Formats: sequence, C-alpha cells, structure tokens
Amino acid sequence: MVSSICPYCAVGCAQRVYVKDERIIQIEGEPDSPISRGHLCPKGAATRAMVQSPTRLTKVRYRRPGGTTWEDLPLDTAMNMIADRVVAARRASWEDRDDQGRTLRRCMGLASLGGATLDNEENYLWKKLFTSWGAIQIENQARI
Amino acid sequence: MPGLGTSFGRGGATTFLQDLQNSDAILIMGSNMAENHPVGFQWVMEARRRGATLIHVDPRFTRTSALADRHVTIRPGTDIAFLGGLVNYVIANGREFREYITAYSNAATIINDDFRDTEDLDGYFSGWQPADCTYDSSSWAYEGVEEMSAAGNREGGGPSSEQSGAHGGDHGTAEQPHRDLSLTHPRCVFQLLKRHFSRYTPAMVAETCGVPESEFVAVAETLCANSGRERTSALCYAVGWTHHTTGVQIIRAASILQTLLGNIGRPGGGILALRGHASIQGSTDIPTLFDLLPGYLPMPHVDAAASLEEYIDADSSPSGYWGHMRDYTVSLLKAWFGDAATAENDFCFDHLPRLTGDHSTYHTTVEMLAGRVKGFFVLGENPAVGSSNAGMQRRALAAIDWLVVRDFQEIETASFWYDSPEVASGELRTEDIGTEVFFLPAAAHTEKNGSFTQTQRLLQWHDKAVEPPDDCRSDLWFFYHLGRLVRERLAGSADERDRPVLDLTWDYPAEGPTADPDAESVLAEINGWGPDGKPLSTYTELRDDGSTACGCWIYSGCRADGVNQTRRRKPAREQNSVAPEWGWAWPANRRLLYNRASADPDGAPWSERKRYVWWDAAEHRWVGEDTPDFQADKPPDFHPEPGAKAEDALSGQDPFIMQSDGKAWLWVPSGLADGPLPAHYEPSESPVHNPVYRRQDNPPATRIDAPENPRNDSPPAEGEPDRYPFVLSTFRVTEHHTAGAMSRTVDRLSELQPEMFCEVAPALARARGLENRGWATIITARGAIEARVLVTERVASLAINGRLVHQVAIPFHWGSRGLSTGDSANDLTYLGLDPNVFIQDTKSLTCDIMNGRRPTGAARQQLVERHRTGGTVT
Repeated sequence: MVSSICPYCAVGCAQRVYVKDERIIQIEGEPDSPISRGHLCPKGAATRAMVQSPTRLTKVRYRRPGGTTWEDLPLDTAMNMIADRVVAARRASWEDRDDQGRTLRRCMGLASLGGATLDNEENYLWKKLFTSWGAIQIENQARI
Repeated sequence: MPGLGTSFGRGGATTFLQDLQNSDAILIMGSNMAENHPVGFQWVMEARRRGATLIHVDPRFTRTSALADRHVTIRPGTDIAFLGGLVNYVIANGREFREYITAYSNAATIINDDFRDTEDLDGYFSGWQPADCTYDSSSWAYEGVEEMSAAGNREGGGPSSEQSGAHGGDHGTAEQPHRDLSLTHPRCVFQLLKRHFSRYTPAMVAETCGVPESEFVAVAETLCANSGRERTSALCYAVGWTHHTTGVQIIRAASILQTLLGNIGRPGGGILALRGHASIQGSTDIPTLFDLLPGYLPMPHVDAAASLEEYIDADSSPSGYWGHMRDYTVSLLKAWFGDAATAENDFCFDHLPRLTGDHSTYHTTVEMLAGRVKGFFVLGENPAVGSSNAGMQRRALAAIDWLVVRDFQEIETASFWYDSPEVASGELRTEDIGTEVFFLPAAAHTEKNGSFTQTQRLLQWHDKAVEPPDDCRSDLWFFYHLGRLVRERLAGSADERDRPVLDLTWDYPAEGPTADPDAESVLAEINGWGPDGKPLSTYTELRDDGSTACGCWIYSGCRADGVNQTRRRKPAREQNSVAPEWGWAWPANRRLLYNRASADPDGAPWSERKRYVWWDAAEHRWVGEDTPDFQADKPPDFHPEPGAKAEDALSGQDPFIMQSDGKAWLWVPSGLADGPLPAHYEPSESPVHNPVYRRQDNPPATRIDAPENPRNDSPPAEGEPDRYPFVLSTFRVTEHHTAGAMSRTVDRLSELQPEMFCEVAPALARARGLENRGWATIITARGAIEARVLVTERVASLAINGRLVHQVAIPFHWGSRGLSTGDSANDLTYLGLDPNVFIQDTKSLTCDIMNGRRPTGAARQQLVERHRTGGTVT
C-alpha cells in the first residue's frame, strides 16, 4: 500500500494506493486523514480508472506544420527538437532594453499555461527555468 | 487572491475545513460545495449536526441548497449588492463587534480629506483617470501618512505585487496613522464605511438581487445572532465569487463583513476559499504566474527594478513581516543562482526578466493571434475547452509556431488542428495551420513523488506507487531534462543574455529507470538551508547577506530537521482536532490564520466557548491547540519602541502580522485597482441598468478588445431590440472535473453524466418552446452551442426592476473528445476581466436560447453573425 493524495479538487483527500506485481489494483480513501476521514467523491473513487484509462496516450505524438495526421516520434528526439526551438525562440524574440533604455532582459516568444494540477516541486522547477530563459508569460488555472 | 491578501495579509483561506464544525452559522455563497467539494462538505454537515444554521445564497437551487436551512435565490453578478446589504445591516443596527474592530481592524483610522466616495461621484471613487481608465489611489490613503506603497502608481496599469500577488498591505511610511478609537470622526474608516454602504438597504438588495426583503433580513439576522464573543460564523466561497469583473471586490466585501462581525482568526469563523484543483493553492504560492516569484514576492516591474534596492523599497514595508522582504528575496536568488549570486552583483537580481504590464494568459492570447508568440507549453490544462472564449483560444493556437501539450489524453488543445469547430466550419483549414504540435504523455500522481498544496494551505506528499508507462514522464522530469538540454546548447556562450541560464543551479539527483529527478531534493531547495547547509526550520531564520538560500520563504520549515514534514501522516484519532501532525501548512504549520485575534486585546479568550489561542502569563507565551500566528513570546501589553522595524514595530494587540499596521483592513488604502471599498457594478453584459449607481460596470475592468471577442452592448438602448435577453451562467457537476481531461475520459464518470445540458425554468421553456430532454441552441455574441434541455424550477426567474429576468445555466466541462462529448460552454463566454487579477467573468453574461439543435459547418458561425447583427431578432 502506498500513500497518496487525490488528484482532482483541492480538498486534498488522502488515498491508499494498493499495488500488486507493479500494477495498481485498487485506490481507496484513507481513513487516517483528518480532512477526508476515508471518504472519496465519485471522481476520487474513479482515480484508478483515470490512471489506467484505455484511451490514455503513453507515446509521444507529433504533428508537423500543415500536417494532416499524427506521427510517431522517439521521446529523446522530441526533447531535443523542443530544446532547439526554445533556444531559437529566445534568440528571435529577445528584448534587452525598453525605449527608455531600462533593462528588460526577456523574451516574449515563449508562453506557458498550466500548473494547478502539478506538484509544488514541478511548479518550482518550471518557474525557475522559465525565468532563467527570460520568459515571463507563464500562467495557470488560478487565473481561469 | 488579493481580496484576502489586502484585507488580512495573506492570499489564502483564513481557516481549515475541519474547523467548520465549530461554526454556529455558515454562509455558502458563490459555491456549490456539496457538489464540487463533497468530502470537504462533511464538515459543514458536522456543524449542522451540532446545531449550526446553514445558508446557501446562489442563483440555482443545488445539492448544497437541498441540505441548507435556507436557500436564497440571487441574480448572478449581484453578490456585492447582497454582501454590501449585509454590511449596511450590521452597521445600521449596531451589530458590529465593537471591541474587536476597534482593536484589530483599521476602523478607527482617519482617511485623507481628499477622498471622495461613489456616493459623491455617482459610482466613481476619487482618483479616476478617464484617459487610461485607471484609478490614482493617492486620495484613498491614511491621513498623516506621507507616501503610500507604489502599488497602483506604476505606468501602464502594470500590476504590482499587492494588486495581483496578495501579500500583506502597506499603508505607507512608518509613521503611526491617525486614529479615533471612538469611531466617530467623520473621516474614520468606520464612518466612511457606514456612509458608503448606507445605500445598500434591504429594499435596494431586493431591487438589485431579486431577493425579497424578508429573506434578506433573515440571512442578516442569522449571521448577526451567530457572531460575537460567544458565537462565530464562517463564509465559504468558490469561483462563483471570483469569476466576475468584480471578483476581488466581492471577496473584499466578504472580508469586511467577517471583520465587522469579529469572525476572523477565531474557531468556527473565517473565510474559506474552496479551490478547484489539487494544487491550485500551491501553484499560486510557488507561482506558475507571470506577476509573482515564489512566496508572493512580485516579479520585478521595469518601473521599480533598477536595482535590488529599488525593488525592495517599492514593495517592502517598514513594519510587519514584509519588513523582511530583502531576506526572502536574497535567499531566493541564492537558491536560484548559487555561488554566482554575490553581494557585489546584487545577488544576480539583474538575471530576472522585467514586466512592463499585463502579461496574463488572456493578454498572451492576443499576442499569439498577433504572431508574436513562437512557442507555447500547455501543462495539465485544456484552454481549448476551459478558457473563456474558447474559440479565440483555438484560433490563437493556430497562429503560433509550435505547441507542446503534456497530458494523459489527447485533449482538445492537442487536437484543435483537425477537429475544432473552426476547422468544421471551414474558417481554418488543417493544411493551412502551421503550428507544429508535440504531445508528450504525462505521468500520473501515482507514478511520481511530490507534494500538493490543497485549499487550506496544507502541503501533502504523495508517494510513487508504480513506474510510468512507455514515454510517460513526470513534469519534473520534463522540466529538468529540458533545462539540461537547453543549457548544453548554450554552454560556453559569452552572450550576456545566456548568463542566467548558465548561472542557474540545476543539479538534482536523478533516480530510477527513467532518470527522474529526486522530488525531495527540490523540496529541500524550496525549504532552504543555512550557512552550514542544514535545513532551515522557519522563515525567521532567513538573512539578506547571502548566507541562507530558500526557494520559497513561506514554505520554509516544510522540511525542518531534514524531515519531509509534508509526508507526515499521524492518524487523526491520535492527535487533537487541529491535527498539526498531518502534512504541513504554511506559514509555520499554522492552521487557523491570525489566531491571535481569538483572544481579546489582553490575551484572554473572548469566551470559553471560542477558546483557541491565548496568552499564558505564567509561561510568558501564547498557547493553544494550534501554532500561534504571532511572535510566541510577545505579550499583549507590548508596545513598540519608536523607530522599531518589521514585526518589532507591531504591538502585542496587532494580530494581522503581515499588514504594515497589524490590522485587518476594512478599508484598503492602496493595492487595489478598483477602489478602497467594494461597490456594485453590473457585469460586462447585463439585461438591466445598474440600480445602485449611474455607472453601469466596474470602471477599470479590463476588456480584451479583439474582433474574436465581441460584446453584447447591453442593456439595449430604449427602442432597440434585445438580442440576448437572458442571463447566462456556468457551473460544474460532481462527476466531472474542469475541462474534462480527467473525467470525460473515465467510463464510470461519463456514464453518470453523459451529456452537455442546460437548465432552464418552466417559464422560459414555455416562452421559447423548449422541451425537457429535447435540444436547445444557446447563442451569445461569440458563439452558438447546443445542449440537452433540463426544464427545472432549480433555476428561478427573478423579478428585477419590474421585469422578469430568466436564466440559462450550463455546466462547462464538455468538449469534442473523450467518452462523453458535447459542445463547450466556453464557446459562449466573454473576456471581460477583473482589473486586479485578470480573471474572466463566466458567471453572468447574456444569451438567447431557441428550440432545436444548432446548425453544423459554416452555418453555425453564420447563425452567430446573423443573430448579432439583427437578422434573427426575437
């Protein structure tokens, strides 16, 4: 049994994840939680179906400009292609200073959306990395 | 959350779910808690079992209403009129908790004699600048205070930390503001409040909200009777309050009410923000937001960031804990830039990019349409369904060079290039869409370690149960390795612009078959360490000399003693009802904020019944079941020395320690874009004229002015046809989650709620010939969607200004993909934004509705155009 937290709303119900042969066989409410006291709502109770959904995509998909179908792409190739594009977008959209000569040090060609479903550690790395690139257009569901 | 931030000092719920059981009355408004936070709602039911009264104020009769003692139907978008009515009722009848507000709020503070109210200026506060549609807030300041914080004074309407970031308020210089403890001075906050809200009578509430006077008075009496020394009332809200062009001021109105009633910092009281995603509080605390750095530090704005010193001066505060802003900032820079950050180079402050204005998501959408955005990352979010005016979002996706989508499923945001309504209509052709799309499959929470911060500021760790399948990876993996790859490409660069990338600390141990970074090593950086490398225990250990590093100061202590405190799971039955050893809450593991206010000015509990934290003279400490939200050994009779700084400048009777004057702010002298007090304005689209002021809508509200975002200019002028005569409001259901990626793809949830539908009242159904279980087409100025019809008295038709106003209520979860599909509510919604936080108004728009399914292909948009321009006037 592995201790977890429900990934849906922000009540933060605690979950017990039961694993057998490296596969999740059951997810249920954690009675020890002072907040949820063992309960899960219909969504929380469906967590196993969500993580094991038959329509879940587990491979990288790629659509080229103007393309009409998805294509396969190795993960490593995709990561390198994205890194190339980040570097190029920074170069192409860099702003050193504003018209009064004040420091801007930024690139406006990159944007990001999402974060409220991510872990704190993930949001932390992303904000840190994105800011180091000089990118500022970063947003999440708190605005939605 | 600047509504709570400017009022009390921190942008988070003031209390925790379990404490609701201690309430004597609970008002749920702007939330359908039983439906959308069902497990949290058990604590409301617990309170009811103990005798509490539950009131639900909502446009619809919902599952929450069904369990309430009283349900009050309100016209969407009139929350400030209702809450303002409650404020007026409390003051007019002398029901305020006088001793509490005199000591703990700024009720006694005298305001500048330049100030003019909406009463004097017919719906505007003083300082209105029509040229750029902004307020100059200088006349809202405390009297005798020379200089207000920079908030609101910057060029271009750029948000300041306080406007958007919700950290504690700064009233100005260290001088003591003038106060009149008798609360009779005509310019003291209490008297200004009294005058401002005197217009919000029960009759005005009835006219504006459609709530009968007797109903309104019953609610007011319940709250008044259940507040004071012996009793407390709580308020719960969700996006029904935030999704308005006046969202922040709605929460301000609630804050004023709860302060007047003495319900903040006390058990069974407070304001509970019910948030919708597992870590949405966390993603604000450690913000993937444009205007913030971790811990509500502002992103540097070009107007006030020539140096680290200028940046600190603009936003720190001489008194209260924001007096340590330099400690927090320097420690963050040390965490990010390590040895490269030195005192000589301002700790690499110049490595940070600068803001010049609004760079929020909807502004970015406009930038995308203009071709100025090359690449866009979408991480666990589905803007093609979930963002307001979704058609505009999809058109923007088609206008960029490349898109990275990380999700579990092929969501509508990933597939827009071949199956969006715009492709179906022929407006966009797949072959012409130049956007390169990378779909990268994400790992689920069961496939990675990490922490979520839930609605009551509580961090809880989840352990990895299994390895992710195939190419699925955690976002931690994606960010870490992408960062590494970009750095490899820039290695050796002498270009100054690459310095921040190369100076960034980016060493995290990787583990397991996929080389996933160790999440706890990231948490260790967030918690921070001292000069000896040992984990910090709390943020008061932070220093501004570069000897400490800390990635998010408010989270400092989450890994105290090198132990992952967020992973603590001491069973509830083995600890007290506050359960301090389950997870870890910011700040400093305090569960009920501002809890110094649970004791009277002398430090004794206000009553035995509401005992929580109190001063123990023998121990010379604050004690109780929770961690005191106060310096533990500062006695109630402490008075600051002249010239004292930061927390030492606050007295032993100042519970709101993040505020510069230690008080709850009934009045916000600076930091908000739309006024020191809330005022009722109509939504961007409304069927009626504002009954309260001549000014129709929130003066500085942000409007995205784009051809993709047309607005119904409403109400129609005399003699003009009313093309969109009904109020449109959106909502959620238990069985689905936001834009649907985590629920429309799940078989059992899709069976429980299989189809998009709309709720209409029998009177509207008769008027438009709608049949229960039949189809209806709903049209706004932006789009047309179809939905199954549910004819129900759950949505009432309200008498407003002598006419009957009908509502159409629709859930927003559906899209074209998944097991359960349907049209998207957000194809109808508009981008009119709150001027403080740029959140959209999805709760009160105007629409028309007709029987039958919508046309397909090109005819769909033609119907929208025809309706807008008058071809089909009904």
